[in-house]
Amino acid sequence: MIRSLPSSNLYRLAYRLYIFLFFTFLLMPLIAISILAFNDSNFISLPWNGFIFDWFFSTTDERQGLFADEELIASIYTSISTGFFVALISTLVGTLAALLFEEEQFRLKGLLYFLALAPLVIPGVILGISILLTATAAGNHIEDNFGVDIELFRPSYWLVVLGQFSFAATYVMLLVSARLKKFDRTLEEAALSLKATRLQAIWYVTIPFLRPAIIGAFVVAFILSFSNINTTIFLIGSDPTLPIDLYSRIRFSSTPVLNAVSFLIVLTISVMAITNFFANRSNK
Amino acid sequence: MDKILEIQNLSKHFDDFTAVKNVDFSVEEGGFFSILGSSGCGKTTLLRIIAGFQQESEGDVIIRGQSMKGIPPEKRPVNIVFQNLALFPMMNVRENIAFGLKRQKLNKTDINFKINEMLERVGLKGFEKKKVTDLSGGQRQRVAIARSLVMNPSILLLDEPLGALDRKLREHMKVELKLLQKEIGTTFVYITHDQSEALVMSDLVAVMHNGQFEQIDTPRNLYKNPKTSFVAGFVGDTNRFELQSASADTIITRGGWKLKLPDLTSRPEVLYIRPEALILNPDNHMDGVDQFDVTIKTILFDGSNTKLSTVVNESHEELLISLPQNAQFEGISEGSSLKVGIHRNDLKCF
Amino acid sequence: MDNKSNFNFTFYLLIVPVLLWLILTIVIPHIELFISSFLVEDDMGDMVFSFDNYIEFFSQQIYWLTFIKTAAYSIGVTLLAFVIAFPVAFYLSKVTTKKNAGFLMLLLLIPLWVGELVTVYGWMVLLGDHGVINHFLITLGIIEEPLNMLYTNFSMVIGLLYMSMLFMVIPVMSTLQSLDDSLIEAACDLGASKWVIFTKIIIPYSMPGITSGAIIVFMLVIGDYLAPNLLGGKNSLWFTEQIYNAFLSTFNWNEGAAFGFLLLLLSSGIIWIALKLSGQKLEKVGS
Repeated sequence: MIRSLPSSNLYRLAYRLYIFLFFTFLLMPLIAISILAFNDSNFISLPWNGFIFDWFFSTTDERQGLFADEELIASIYTSISTGFFVALISTLVGTLAALLFEEEQFRLKGLLYFLALAPLVIPGVILGISILLTATAAGNHIEDNFGVDIELFRPSYWLVVLGQFSFAATYVMLLVSARLKKFDRTLEEAALSLKATRLQAIWYVTIPFLRPAIIGAFVVAFILSFSNINTTIFLIGSDPTLPIDLYSRIRFSSTPVLNAVSFLIVLTISVMAITNFFANRSNK
Repeated sequence: MDKILEIQNLSKHFDDFTAVKNVDFSVEEGGFFSILGSSGCGKTTLLRIIAGFQQESEGDVIIRGQSMKGIPPEKRPVNIVFQNLALFPMMNVRENIAFGLKRQKLNKTDINFKINEMLERVGLKGFEKKKVTDLSGGQRQRVAIARSLVMNPSILLLDEPLGALDRKLREHMKVELKLLQKEIGTTFVYITHDQSEALVMSDLVAVMHNGQFEQIDTPRNLYKNPKTSFVAGFVGDTNRFELQSASADTIITRGGWKLKLPDLTSRPEVLYIRPEALILNPDNHMDGVDQFDVTIKTILFDGSNTKLSTVVNESHEELLISLPQNAQFEGISEGSSLKVGIHRNDLKCF
Repeated sequence: MDNKSNFNFTFYLLIVPVLLWLILTIVIPHIELFISSFLVEDDMGDMVFSFDNYIEFFSQQIYWLTFIKTAAYSIGVTLLAFVIAFPVAFYLSKVTTKKNAGFLMLLLLIPLWVGELVTVYGWMVLLGDHGVINHFLITLGIIEEPLNMLYTNFSMVIGLLYMSMLFMVIPVMSTLQSLDDSLIEAACDLGASKWVIFTKIIIPYSMPGITSGAIIVFMLVIGDYLAPNLLGGKNSLWFTEQIYNAFLSTFNWNEGAAFGFLLLLLSSGIIWIALKLSGQKLEKVGS
């Protein structure tokens, strides 16, 4: 059972086998797509015909590699810039929310906190359609009454940013709150007793303490935005994000270039995760 | 009296160090046996080996004449009270105490009878339905002990259970635990780093250091006649002096303080003197008593435990002396000089 | 006085952005969703109040059958995720060494951060008629004809499980980490079998983690679109697909709004029941 309790060899063997199978299950799809990104074939399937980089670099019509596919490159760029703005805004607001709920007492705090957690239990689809409905209604209202068409109120780049921000901020808030709970409040009080204003105390004492969590939350918000599809699909304007572009390709025109993109995502994430892992270890 | 627990030449090696080294002892039925040592000395490992949570590398644990080799914890006739008590937070007092009995498939009437008896014994009647998280420190203590005792173990193992309590309550629980043990007659093996707990409660105390037993003795002997330098320094308050040289009948401390000590067989390295062994203003003709002068630096008032912090005039080394709180010594003041005596039997050299 | 106004300034600095966030992107949109679901276009092209969108839902069998099926499958997948994930969480927090656990956590997190689309695509590549698994099985001579795995309820459930079960592992793991080993040792010392320790100590202790995990998994599954859409077959209709159709194919937004509101009611209803049954609070789910 636990390390200090003796257990039979069979039990331990079976348990290890289960864990092995679980991780095989977990990694199988990622390994399969990664390998097939390099297969010399026009189809996304085995048998293995040889190792090529065509689906990254080729420029022929038959095999258009990832870096020759302008549409794909454009959608990657859209996703990165969307992710950056979403991460920026939600990190800011989420951190403020964490400070607000952890350090302040005010009326209706419970209700507000409940609302801030709500995106955890509202399906992404519903966030998407409700923001779409509201933006459209507001846009129509403004156009009818003032005769101006504001792009933000139509499915567009900034509406996607707004939609993704609405739930990413919750995750930032939770990550920063978790760190803030470990913060020794007497440090802030010490700053106040040394005649700092409250804002100075937060800026010079609390924020530096929270920095690792804030940076982590920024990355999390970026990744949430980068991979989101449920909310984004309703709010997207003329520039698709990478997941939306990939989704339509998977449905209508699969080529191994999909594997090439997926491989790059898997690679980037793995490098980030491993770097983070060793950074944490060396800190200890 | 029968030996209920025998530990035979027990050792436990981890990857890079040895936690328990050739430990050998036995405990008699109904005894209160304590293992005293500072943290990291191997006492917890030893206790966990007896309970079956860790495997010995060498040696054997024998309970009532039966080897415990290969017997899992739940089959051993011992129960353990954990350092953090390990009360189940999702159960109330009664459910905690009933937990082990239910596992034995006893019938309801028996279980109820045993629980009620135990609740009464540890003074928790009326608390059955309380959540364990709502209890005070002392009450939690009693629940943990009751939960183990109700199993009627051959030996009850206790892993510093009083550690988390505040001082006053600890003093109280010490006495309570000793009385409880006397009353029910179960054998207790108790480990602690607190010498007062060990000395007050135990019939026998083993002092453990670096994985080995330094001395097993009654509390009184441990205090009066330490067998090793470690025991002399560890048990009770004491003054410690490093020795620079010794002739046939004189020892000299590093600071140059000379004391007569005839019949030295080997060359000692350390000298221990207990604060209360020093005699204030001795008569001139006491047999076997060396006399010397000290200067009083300050009085450390602590009720019946009051001490004088002094300096030996001869060597300028510091010396703590017990100061009885009776009228005889009320005139003593800081900065003054004082004549002090020490009997040769109270010079403990190693 | 000075100090007091300072204090208020900080407070407003914190609360104003938070209020803007919650009111503009959460509160108003959901009110709008609610109102829209009761509007239909009349013959004159004006929007009027009506229950038609909801009547449509109850009168068309396909809608409410899909609704019920989605709810039932979501509960089923949540249970499966618990059964699969619990031993893993226990292994990582209590059985293996810290070093191993750290490495395995890393492996766990990679599929999570890679995102659902890539992993769903991975399963399509694995499970297809010409997919990797069929290729191996045929090459090894175990089967002759490819197994029909993709576009079935089976592949859909695999996809749903895959993307959600990690959210069960993580909260359960963090509660188990706070479970002191001595509680398990104490139970064992008092003669409890593995089964009793598991049911009377470990499960009750990790209930908060299990509840958080179950709620998150359930939410992700019931609101998922990709796995049912890409991995499910013709019969694996998911309720979110009805919402997508209303918004993106038939452009009947008000009906879509009604469906959305029903989905919201369903998911919050089931979560509310789960919280009541387990005696937990939503505030705890976040942590």
